[in-house]
Amino acid sequence: MNQSDNSFDNQLILKANNLKQHYQVKQGVFKSDAVVKAVDGISFDLEKGKTLAVVGESGCGKSTLGRMLTMIETPTEGSLAHLGEDLLTLTKDAQAKLRQKIQIIFQNPYGSLNPRKKIGAILEEPLIINTNLSKTERKEKALAIMSKVGLKTEHYDRYPHMFSGGQRQRIAIARGLMLDPNVIVADEPVSALDVSVQAQVLNLMMDLQEEFGLSYVFISHDLSVVEHIADDVMVMYLGKVVEQGTREQLFNNPQHPYTLALLSSTPQLSPEKRRTRIKLEGELPSPLNPPSGCAFHGRCSYANDRCKSETPTLRLDSSDSQEQGHLIACHAVEENRIENHTQSVA
Amino acid sequence: MSLLQLENLSVTFGNFRAVDNISYKVEEGEVLGIVGESGSGKSVSSLSIMGLIDFPGKVNAEQLTFDNQDLLAMPEKQRRRLTGSDIAMIFQDPMTSLNPCFTVGYQIIEALKTHQGGSKKELKARAIELLTQVGIPAPESRLDNYPHQLSGGMSQRVMIAISIACNPRLLIADEPTTALDVTIQAQIIDLLIDLQRKKQMGLVLITHDLALVAEVAHRVIVMYAGQIVESGPASEVFSTPKHPYTQALLASLPESAAGKARLEALPGVVPGQYDRPLGCLLSPRCPYATDHCRKVEPANQGDLNRQVKCHTPLDSEGRPAA
Repeated sequence: MNQSDNSFDNQLILKANNLKQHYQVKQGVFKSDAVVKAVDGISFDLEKGKTLAVVGESGCGKSTLGRMLTMIETPTEGSLAHLGEDLLTLTKDAQAKLRQKIQIIFQNPYGSLNPRKKIGAILEEPLIINTNLSKTERKEKALAIMSKVGLKTEHYDRYPHMFSGGQRQRIAIARGLMLDPNVIVADEPVSALDVSVQAQVLNLMMDLQEEFGLSYVFISHDLSVVEHIADDVMVMYLGKVVEQGTREQLFNNPQHPYTLALLSSTPQLSPEKRRTRIKLEGELPSPLNPPSGCAFHGRCSYANDRCKSETPTLRLDSSDSQEQGHLIACHAVEENRIENHTQSVA
Repeated sequence: MSLLQLENLSVTFGNFRAVDNISYKVEEGEVLGIVGESGSGKSVSSLSIMGLIDFPGKVNAEQLTFDNQDLLAMPEKQRRRLTGSDIAMIFQDPMTSLNPCFTVGYQIIEALKTHQGGSKKELKARAIELLTQVGIPAPESRLDNYPHQLSGGMSQRVMIAISIACNPRLLIADEPTTALDVTIQAQIIDLLIDLQRKKQMGLVLITHDLALVAEVAHRVIVMYAGQIVESGPASEVFSTPKHPYTQALLASLPESAAGKARLEALPGVVPGQYDRPLGCLLSPRCPYATDHCRKVEPANQGDLNRQVKCHTPLDSEGRPAA
């Protein structure tokens, strides 16, 4: 990950710096409002044609991050730049223009398509709102995109209920592509699909990335999918990034105890690839009442007193010095308290 | 003698065959994995074992026996005594399968009271013991909790406590971890396998997660559109699949495509009620299909230990036999 400040480098599509989203939660008449730190200080660079995967369990803030990137929600703090332009300080009009360039695909294709609209209408709606194209031009464009995602011309006049889950997700992808975006935020795009269909949709997304030079922010909890599709990976826990790096760094040399636990909990098909299961006790703590210090310390077997009191910050990994940009937020890693973990059971 | 034995079980809804002549058996102390995509009939077949198929669904079978007792021939009352105590089931979504209006303690004790009875004190003690067994901290205080006060993982633990309350000999777990996070999934599976070993239960694990089955099951059944297309010991089925569908499923997993740019996706979708093909149900999607496959439905080949429903089963190198 290139941390240079040359923001006019047009390779750098999206640059987020210290993004935060805090929600005020009412606790009753006599109590002051509590603050939920759904996303707490996230920075990343996304280059053209690359895929950034965001991994974490439910409630870790990955979807909130997606909503901020697409400007559905305004971050409480931090900056977000698209091609060097800060999205958050722009005027409303300019923001609306830029929104076209960052599109989203939602998780559940059964809920994200309006059941009362035909596919043609669903696909053309973004064009009606954002462009001055005529009716025939809009239809032409919709049909062109439909053929790109593997839908047939006769599907133009059908309703969403006439499609299978995989086809619906293709429609959702087509809708995302209508305005020629640079970035697509895909929020768990394949987790509602069956394995064989999941493979079709992943292939399609990779084909489209190649053809249009799209950048993806791929939000997922499925590590095997992430390992296949991502260039860079960010592991989140309770609103914070615990480990960030390239795919190779994360999967070949995972360091943070939480990443290790996630990897070892994922079932593996081949016996050689199975890792010794690191048992995580307990569950994700409530974001309303997060633990002091490192948020992970209650479930971590390497936690000590420092972890309980002091919040770790993201630092460069010292163990692979030749590789740049592998960031880890952990006291135990920094102090070298984690013994050499064997990678496989066999 | 097997714990559970099915011969040519079919479940029909009107003209639609959700489950189409399936046969399998479960031995005591065995973990049987059933895998398949949605709509392949894995849930419906297990619901039919529990007697939970309502009108207009119809269950037909040449044989459906549990511990040598014919489940279809026995009176309704006797069957209800069996299900819930000797045969128990865990459902997919723990959040919706617990009743939100009653406390956790009430729901556990309800199962105990129906099947075993006992004094209030005994029942409560047993409920606490069960919650401890499934690894819930401070079980006494949890008895008075309502389901909405529990997280997903906790609710699933309560569901497991209810299902093992009467020491079942067969436990059917229908996608027990699909709604849960990876780290919680690992906890729940460890718990289930641990209980299964301790009590020597038969466990039927229904899931769409092939890797999960590969890790824990002894034997595995692959279902496609209501039929069993392949069955056998888990290690054999996953290392040398004989049915083109199993092969394609395994190939479409991201982990089998390491280093490759594209996944090997199986084209098309599972046939539904109105587009069931003639002959072999996989024939429109199968890369090896011949005209023979498109006309004639293949029969099961091999013994019960390793079966495959294909005209040209694949050899050890993954190529169809001539």
